[in-house]
Amino acid sequence: MAANTVRVVPAKAPMGRNAILRMIGLILLQLFMTALVITFLVPTLWMISSSLKASTEVFKQPIVWIPAEPQWSNYPMVFEKLPLFGRFALNTILITALAVIGTIISSLMVGYSFSRLRWPGRNVFFALMIATMMLPDVVTLIPRFILFKNLGLLRPDMGGGMVPLILPYWFAASGLYVFFANQYFRGLPVELEEAALIDGADRIQILTQILIPLAKPLIATIGIFALLQHYNEFMTPLIYLSRMENWVLALGVRAINDAQAARWELVFAAATMMFAPVLILFVFAQRYFVQGIAMTGFGGR
Amino acid sequence: MAVQASIKKRKLPTRFVLREWIEGYLFASPFIIGFFVFTAFPMIYSIWLSFNKWDLLSPPIWVGIQNYVKVLSDPDANLSLWNSAYYTFLAVPFQLIISFLLALALTQPLKGRDFYRAGFYLPLIVPIVASAVVWQRVFHPEVGILNAVLGWVGIPPQKWLFDASLSKPAFIFMSFWSIGRQMVIFIAGLGNIPKSMYEAASIDGAGPFRRLLSITLPMMTPLIFYNMVIAIVNSFQSFVPALIMTDGGPEKSTLFAVLNIYRQGFSYFNMGYAAALSWEFFIIVVGFTIAQFYLSNRWVYYEN
Repeated sequence: MAANTVRVVPAKAPMGRNAILRMIGLILLQLFMTALVITFLVPTLWMISSSLKASTEVFKQPIVWIPAEPQWSNYPMVFEKLPLFGRFALNTILITALAVIGTIISSLMVGYSFSRLRWPGRNVFFALMIATMMLPDVVTLIPRFILFKNLGLLRPDMGGGMVPLILPYWFAASGLYVFFANQYFRGLPVELEEAALIDGADRIQILTQILIPLAKPLIATIGIFALLQHYNEFMTPLIYLSRMENWVLALGVRAINDAQAARWELVFAAATMMFAPVLILFVFAQRYFVQGIAMTGFGGR
Repeated sequence: MAVQASIKKRKLPTRFVLREWIEGYLFASPFIIGFFVFTAFPMIYSIWLSFNKWDLLSPPIWVGIQNYVKVLSDPDANLSLWNSAYYTFLAVPFQLIISFLLALALTQPLKGRDFYRAGFYLPLIVPIVASAVVWQRVFHPEVGILNAVLGWVGIPPQKWLFDASLSKPAFIFMSFWSIGRQMVIFIAGLGNIPKSMYEAASIDGAGPFRRLLSITLPMMTPLIFYNMVIAIVNSFQSFVPALIMTDGGPEKSTLFAVLNIYRQGFSYFNMGYAAALSWEFFIIVVGFTIAQFYLSNRWVYYEN
């Protein structure tokens, strides 16, 4: 009986019923995903909204989502409590910029060599690079520190520990970006380069005048990923930057968190200030973020 | 004979080939030099270091395998590995399931898919220190938002980061916030599955669930594997949130492996012991990675 009914109904109106069910499903999914994405955004929104609350409003129950009167003075207060915070921002910009430039230049060079030039040992070094991407880097944490210390690069007159945060990245320390470059160059046609070679161009000209102009999305992606990585970096600054005037924002936010633990609005204001630049970058360059992940070779082809 | 001779002759590099070799080394030199100076040499040096006792001030003292004996017997070392393993093996499966489901949902014909994708990705760009100080307060027992939300459905307030039995689950829960990267990789992979496979399956009468099991999942196994390997390596090494939010507490319940190594090295200056700890950790993580590649033949589908 039941089986008969089931067989009859779709024969009468199969399309209509399925389409309606599918539409209801999609509407439910849309509602569910909206609720979920809001949930994901709540910690960030809470951070921003709380950074504008009065000291007492932060702890109010039930939670105040929109401050009654935005306390913009919380932001200058961070600089008052920790006068070096501005200095930390400058240090962060300096270290991040130098590390990112080094990453881009060295990744493009090495990626070019791996993808276009044939030399003995190339495959071995490529495999070593992939291995360094997978290996836990904690094993080099302590010996690298001692290396830099013995080289005298932690002394105050030698940058007070800033050099170890920059120098390795001029030597393609992040294999991932070399891998990006390698994959990207392999996807470009070789004909242009061959023609240029016949015309007598050297490799540096080929890289700088033919490949790099074609590699703007690659450079943007490496640049953005490396920028985020170095801007975010917490552990190596913690180890290397012993003098407070050399600190970066990441250490500054933590210092506020420790020193002003009860004044949540100040901690949130400091955290929001550190977040704001990357949020702006994200809004304007979102497609490179997503592109970069798809570029890891598994998403592409 | 003549053929052999000509092959031999060809094996000698011509000037043109030799030039390409030199250029190849020159362009790769940043990596080659960097690899030896910043990776290979420190690793070898670290082996030597692990057989010494050294506080960075007085000269190092050779102690043989004493550090390794201590590594195996030190309760803190064992506890820290247990904490990291607990965190990793509970967090990673859920991360993979959630990010996969999100990717499936976001490949349906929904409105504003870019907005959803950006929203789920956004937590990844929040600086790790900022997210740590925020989540420290999300979990606050009295005024945190997590307890407030749980209160809506009648769950009594929990102590989270102040309760040794809930601190690791709290960190696992927090890790779900950062699954955007895995999700984006899954979305890219889902987009690469040929439509014709689904059409063929539909003609054969396969319903949506059947298509998911027989086409989507097998085709996605390489990416599931990739995300799994990366997530396990990253989770095992995770310690910065714990350093900021709980400093390893309460009762050492969030003393993760790398936090323990960091403390031994840079708080107590037991450089040799920290090096030995890092080698133990290295062997475990690399062992897991190799085991996963070995086992992957059984469940990962490769087209060729």
